[in-house]
Amino acid sequence: MSTKKTAVVCFLVVAVVLLLLYTLVALRIIDEYTSQVLTVAGINVIIALGLNLISGFTGQLALGHAGFMAVGAYTTAALVMKLNVPIFPAMLGGALMAALFGFLIGLPTLRLRGDYLAIVTLGFGEIIRVVMINLPKLTGGPAGLKGIPTFTTNFFWRPVLSFAMVYFTLALVVVFLSNLLKSSHGKAIISIREDEIAANAMGINVFYYKIFAFTLSAFIGGLGGALYAPFFGYLSPNMFNFQKSVEFLIIVVLGGMGNLTGTVLAGIGLTYLQEILRFLKDYRLVIYPVILIIVMIFQPSGVMGLFGNREFSLTAIINKLIGKSPNREKSADKAGEV
Amino acid sequence: MDFLQQFCQQTLNGMSLGSIYALLALGYTMVYGIVQLINFAHGDILMVGAFVSYFVLSKWGITPVTLMLSFLPSMLFCLTLGVSMEKVCYKPLRNQPRINALITAIGVSFLLENGARVIPAIGPNPRVFPTLPVVNYAWLGVSISRVQLLIFMVAIVLMLLLNYIVNFTKIGKAMRAVSYDKGAAYLMGINVDRVISFTFALGSSLAAAAGILFASAYPQIEPYMGIMPGMKAFIAAVLGGIGSIPGAVLGGLILGVAETLTKGFLSSQLSDAIAFGLLILILVVKPSGLLGKPMGEKV
Repeated sequence: MSTKKTAVVCFLVVAVVLLLLYTLVALRIIDEYTSQVLTVAGINVIIALGLNLISGFTGQLALGHAGFMAVGAYTTAALVMKLNVPIFPAMLGGALMAALFGFLIGLPTLRLRGDYLAIVTLGFGEIIRVVMINLPKLTGGPAGLKGIPTFTTNFFWRPVLSFAMVYFTLALVVVFLSNLLKSSHGKAIISIREDEIAANAMGINVFYYKIFAFTLSAFIGGLGGALYAPFFGYLSPNMFNFQKSVEFLIIVVLGGMGNLTGTVLAGIGLTYLQEILRFLKDYRLVIYPVILIIVMIFQPSGVMGLFGNREFSLTAIINKLIGKSPNREKSADKAGEV
Repeated sequence: MDFLQQFCQQTLNGMSLGSIYALLALGYTMVYGIVQLINFAHGDILMVGAFVSYFVLSKWGITPVTLMLSFLPSMLFCLTLGVSMEKVCYKPLRNQPRINALITAIGVSFLLENGARVIPAIGPNPRVFPTLPVVNYAWLGVSISRVQLLIFMVAIVLMLLLNYIVNFTKIGKAMRAVSYDKGAAYLMGINVDRVISFTFALGSSLAAAAGILFASAYPQIEPYMGIMPGMKAFIAAVLGGIGSIPGAVLGGLILGVAETLTKGFLSSQLSDAIAFGLLILILVVKPSGLLGKPMGEKV
């Protein structure tokens, strides 16, 4: 079986799994509450994957992904509501706007050592919120923006379509990132995390790849926001506070920095945990930082570190099933853990 | 003349705000100079310091004497907090990639903020910090309040004290040695762990003092009050050149003045953004800061 065929089988498996999930949601076998939580989890995972690219794989701490999410969400909403752009180009526009912000922030800060990015992105996340509050014409101000057109107005299909959109995008992001990270560009990015000076000495344009990874990371963050706007139909500047940025960071850290599988698992797990722990009210707020500190001190490689930091690989499983020896270099891998 | 008068007034206000930033920035810069860590929780120490003083003052009542006395328990409490924070959270990570310690610092910061929020004695709602009656002294149309005088006084005394400790004592010499070269300092028989703890102790007690001054100037305290001053103090430290002690003071003053001038002449909503604008500007023009030495990367 050739690599191409394996890829086709992978694609089919992912497609079937996605369709199966959609059917389950549409038939209400997965009830509306669960599907809603899963949709939120999917959006969280998408943004956390973006954050993992810059913080986990490139090794540059970014603390403002709620800000990129906000840019993506508000741009999408503004394009749809003010300029009557159809929803899909509007979402792309939202993500591109977030990428532009990321590029502009990265330009002065990424030339320097990593610490500055953390503080500048933190400031960006706070300031973007203040800006949103002070632009009432565009954003509805502190009261929030109501009446954003959802994917469909049909009451029955709305949760199904939101779910489908989010998980389709998630699958795309996962496939794109896992392929990117196996390419030479990905190796360059990872080499920056391992040793910036050595990477530079090996002829890797460190600044270029940092900007590249950060812009892409902001794009994915914006994409998450762009999905969020039509899913919720309501946006308020305070949804995108620093707390939110840290939630994404916790997902990345708990799953394991530099591990896509971990981010997906931790993202879904933590979103669920948040629902389960609702009865604790404010005490939840203390649990997160404690998780963060304990993981960092005792298990810095996160949950997936316990499994040798391996990635879930559909190709490997398929190859194993049909008895082909794993040929890692050639397999067009898909970590399709959707 | 009116413009000049207002300009002088705003500059004076800025200097007093800047002194608070400077006290906080000193902690950032010292810790960064020694362990290369942005201690995100530093701003929250300011909050803790303000709350300790708040509890002390609500017990004793507010008089100039009790206000001065409340510095003592507050600084001691934060000193202990700072040192235990370092021992428990940062020390185990000293030999790991720097991003791990940064993330832990975020966690500690969140723990302090949200911890304060869930403690029933503090709670999420803002409280009014006890203040002395406002007394203004005017001179040529520029007025200075008693709180501002207090801020200048405390800040100058603490900075002189810090200057003495860093430049004229044995532990200060050890601090300078460790920040210069940790490995070599260790080989020379300096107890590096003790020096790092001492640095955290110094920084945290300065932050506690800054907290009381901040709360006296803006008498509303709540668990998240430390975030913005913390970030601005960090920017002040970068502006002055991170790792440089005179730089932190200079950066704090510049930032304070820039902020009040923006508030006075442009718009009050821009005042937070101006700090970050300054940060971007300094990172583009002179990343090593005004008084910092340009650092080549060592392998």
